[in-house]
Amino acid sequence: MNIHEYQARELFEKFGVATPPGGAATTPEQALEVAKRLGGKTLVVKAQIHAGGRGKGTFKNGFKGGVHLCNSADEAGKLASQMLGQVLVTHQTGPDGKQVNQVLIAEAVDIARELYFAVLLDRATSAPVIIASTAGGMDIEEVAEHSPEKILREPIHPVLGLQAYQTRKIAAALGLTGPLMSQATKLFTALFRLFMARDCSQIEVNPLVVTPDGRLLALDAKFNFDDNALYRQPEIAALRDKSEEDPREVAASEFNLNYIGLDGNIACLVNGAGLAMATMDIIQHYGGKPANFLDVGGGASKDQVASAFRIILSDPHVEGILVNIFGGIMDCNVIATGIIAAARETGLKIPLVVRLEGNNVAAGKQTLSESGLTIIGASDLADAAQKIVQAVKNA
Amino acid sequence: MAILVTPQTRILIQGITGDFGSRHAKLSLEYGTQVVAGVTPGKGGQSFDHQTHKVPIYDTVGEAARQSGATVAVVFVPPPFAADAILEGVDAGLDLVVAITEGIPVNDMVRVKHALRDSRTRLIGPNCPGLVTPGEGPQSHGGCRIGIAPGYIHKKGSIGVVSRSGTLTYEAVWQLTTRGYGQSTCVGIGGDPVNGTSHLDVLKMFNDDPETEAIIMIGEIGGTAEEEAAAWAGQNCKKPIAAFIAGATAPPGRRMGHAGAIVSGGQGTAAGKIAALEQAGIAVSPTPAAMADTLLRVISEKR
Repeated sequence: MNIHEYQARELFEKFGVATPPGGAATTPEQALEVAKRLGGKTLVVKAQIHAGGRGKGTFKNGFKGGVHLCNSADEAGKLASQMLGQVLVTHQTGPDGKQVNQVLIAEAVDIARELYFAVLLDRATSAPVIIASTAGGMDIEEVAEHSPEKILREPIHPVLGLQAYQTRKIAAALGLTGPLMSQATKLFTALFRLFMARDCSQIEVNPLVVTPDGRLLALDAKFNFDDNALYRQPEIAALRDKSEEDPREVAASEFNLNYIGLDGNIACLVNGAGLAMATMDIIQHYGGKPANFLDVGGGASKDQVASAFRIILSDPHVEGILVNIFGGIMDCNVIATGIIAAARETGLKIPLVVRLEGNNVAAGKQTLSESGLTIIGASDLADAAQKIVQAVKNA
Repeated sequence: MAILVTPQTRILIQGITGDFGSRHAKLSLEYGTQVVAGVTPGKGGQSFDHQTHKVPIYDTVGEAARQSGATVAVVFVPPPFAADAILEGVDAGLDLVVAITEGIPVNDMVRVKHALRDSRTRLIGPNCPGLVTPGEGPQSHGGCRIGIAPGYIHKKGSIGVVSRSGTLTYEAVWQLTTRGYGQSTCVGIGGDPVNGTSHLDVLKMFNDDPETEAIIMIGEIGGTAEEEAAAWAGQNCKKPIAAFIAGATAPPGRRMGHAGAIVSGGQGTAAGKIAALEQAGIAVSPTPAAMADTLLRVISEKR
């Protein structure tokens, strides 16, 4: 789950992570108010959408740039009025763009040094790790590749957590000495507390900046949360902005289906995440392009299969469907009935290949063949993948 | 011998009275598995009845283990309580805890993993289908089925299977069985980023098991566990291995169903894992439909 920049800021403020003073607004009037409260400093007004490339983006009303500097509260209000309610197109949003419902107004700070600081889960050690670097403001993967000596990894004890000496060690390694060291230990401690308390899987502060007047501030941050922990993090779950997500993915999640849209033309419907990934792979192996990942889970019901079909077919690029079910315990005949109902209900007109295997498979195959629908049967997974690729080519 | 469990292994089921737990308790009993106790706090003294079986229910894992002689627990407890259920099995000194539960917060698993370090208990899972050591009866009846895998697809034999995914395990097992090749033990290690037992742990066990003659290893995108297993196996494994990695077409940064199946920061790609396996001399199946055939080809080449 992703969150907006202004929401990340609010989490920082709540946990005492130093960040430039600012606030969010949903109307130009609010923006003016926030700007007045910040006083006579240089301000930055930023359109709040999840996609990157906001600064170089263009609004559909012709206004250029989703990030602007200004020197007065009035100007900030005017900028906000040109962004709010408008659709911003960036290289990451696609041509449809995203509507801007909030703007963030913050003090535009001068920067003396840019650093990098992240807390994340290290899968290899099954414990958190802190990654810090003096090369801030850059892509950390590139830094790791070209100048690994600039990267500090500090493993955190899974039960004891971050210790004060570790914060000093990291501060020293980043050259944060003198009065900056106490700011650093405070900021690192607060950030780690936030990481644990809100079940984050990653917080990346890039850049962490030192200002010419000697302040250490988290300027920009990227959060990832552990979806499995959202049940006990209502405050985080409430930050979800469904308008930022693929509507098909939102619809799928309402039916407990795991759907991820891709850019191909062969849809697939599979039980189990591993088999669903492998089904996408085999479609590609035989020269097709998968349109989606879709895991209907281990105990898919008739209704779930029907909603899965509707979601798949809402993608206009889909030209064929491959159903791959290994019904180990599920009754294949029940699944077959579900597929037929869904195909009838949606008035299916594109090729459908069904590969069924497992419990009561003979009855399931018979039900499919007696349905009167043109369903292409398959003997195994390879056969199924080849048949759907061929059927879509011929169509 | 098989690994981890044999048809004689006595198991207890945590969450035996829940929907999920009771359904699979029944299937395990029907398969002929020694399900000797159930645990549901507050229902101690009752029994779980199915066909001719009467499985006693206890309030605590410790009591259940002492009274029944169970050495293995399987956890069907919902996510908010699952970490605690695993720790209870560790505290009772069990040999093995198998956590089927999907959706346990990763921070809970970080603490569980730490607690396991100083214990005698091995954890398999969470978010896994469990494990099966097939029996000698028809459709492998009489084996040890722990978890949610369909029992009848198995066949007793000498091929070890280890996988992060449930349905892909069934796919591999079915490919082997329909070609006449049985399995020693099939282990689903689970799809979460922090789990109890890795590919490498299971490969080592298969390597030491006299009954296992060849291995299918199934991985997927995310993490570096397959790379570690490959590096070890290339140097140390005496037995033929075929591998398959799922997720070559998965977009980076997206979680593909399993909490652990995500390519992040260029790490954990299918291409990287396949390269590591091939570098270690392990045959990689080009598609999920060719896992058994790939292994059979390797076996015939070694002969």
